[in-house]
Amino acid sequence: MILAELALTPPYYLVLSALMFAIGATGLLIRRNPLVMFMCVELMLNGVNISFVAFGADLNDVGGQISVFFVLVVAAVEVVVGLALVVAINRRRADATADDVSLLRG
Amino acid sequence: MAEFITFFFGAAVILAGAIGVVVARNAVHSALFLIQTLLGVAVIFVVQEAHFLAAVQIVVYAGAIVILFLFVIMLLGVDKSEDLGVEPIAGQKPLAVVLGASLLATAITFVLVATDGATGVGSADPERQLDSGITDIERIGRVLFTEYAVAFQLTAALLTIGVIGAVVLTRSLSTADQLDDLEPASMDLPSLAPEGANDEHHVDTVEEDAS
Repeated sequence: MILAELALTPPYYLVLSALMFAIGATGLLIRRNPLVMFMCVELMLNGVNISFVAFGADLNDVGGQISVFFVLVVAAVEVVVGLALVVAINRRRADATADDVSLLRG
Repeated sequence: MAEFITFFFGAAVILAGAIGVVVARNAVHSALFLIQTLLGVAVIFVVQEAHFLAAVQIVVYAGAIVILFLFVIMLLGVDKSEDLGVEPIAGQKPLAVVLGASLLATAITFVLVATDGATGVGSADPERQLDSGITDIERIGRVLFTEYAVAFQLTAALLTIGVIGAVVLTRSLSTADQLDDLEPASMDLPSLAPEGANDEHHVDTVEEDAS
């Protein structure tokens, strides 16, 4: 029975994590809508969260899960401030893409 | 065996959702694909026996963050389709894909070359060990409120600063000016003045405003 010998070792999670991070990074570079760019950042953060939990499970330590908790809090704050910026920019000029606001000027 | 199947199911859901976020033309569709990805990540957390994080993932991410995204998309009315063919910099998209692929190749190479597992050692403290018999949420609670108490307090400060920042950023300047203008007049509102003592003055103010 080959299937019975299969075990979920950390590399499975790390490869999945790397895939998620790479897709998120590619999307961040491709998309021009600031909202979708934020979603791609969320993808990258979640990819890293998977590897945090995998390393924590590998070392039999709760530290990995604690790190994910803090990443969640920081991600929530980042989204709140980021979306507030998007709203403020859209109030001045509708349909702004990331290229239109490349100069830090009102 | 069962967890193997669950892992691959979760991984397929995550990757399909992640690609959907990137290629969907409509921002609302991207947000819905993001929910799919986040639910897949919750499944992966369950496979790794991080049950508390799986619940938090669903409540905080799918329940709050994506709803906030959808709310802003609807509020701004930017739920129109985006033309993905536009390239402000020539060759930006192929370059982005090449960069993403090389990032992936580098990460996977490191994972496959390193066969020794994670460096470092886990804590000898039984409270921190994952197989010490207490439940997941109890373990995280104990460690979070003892060892990481200062960091936990700092997240409270961070959240407060984030909320204040959001309010300051979204407060429209025109509304603020109007409020400043209104302030002297609002002091004279009959409802605020005790027993209508300032009635005469209030009428004057209204006449000034009208002229």
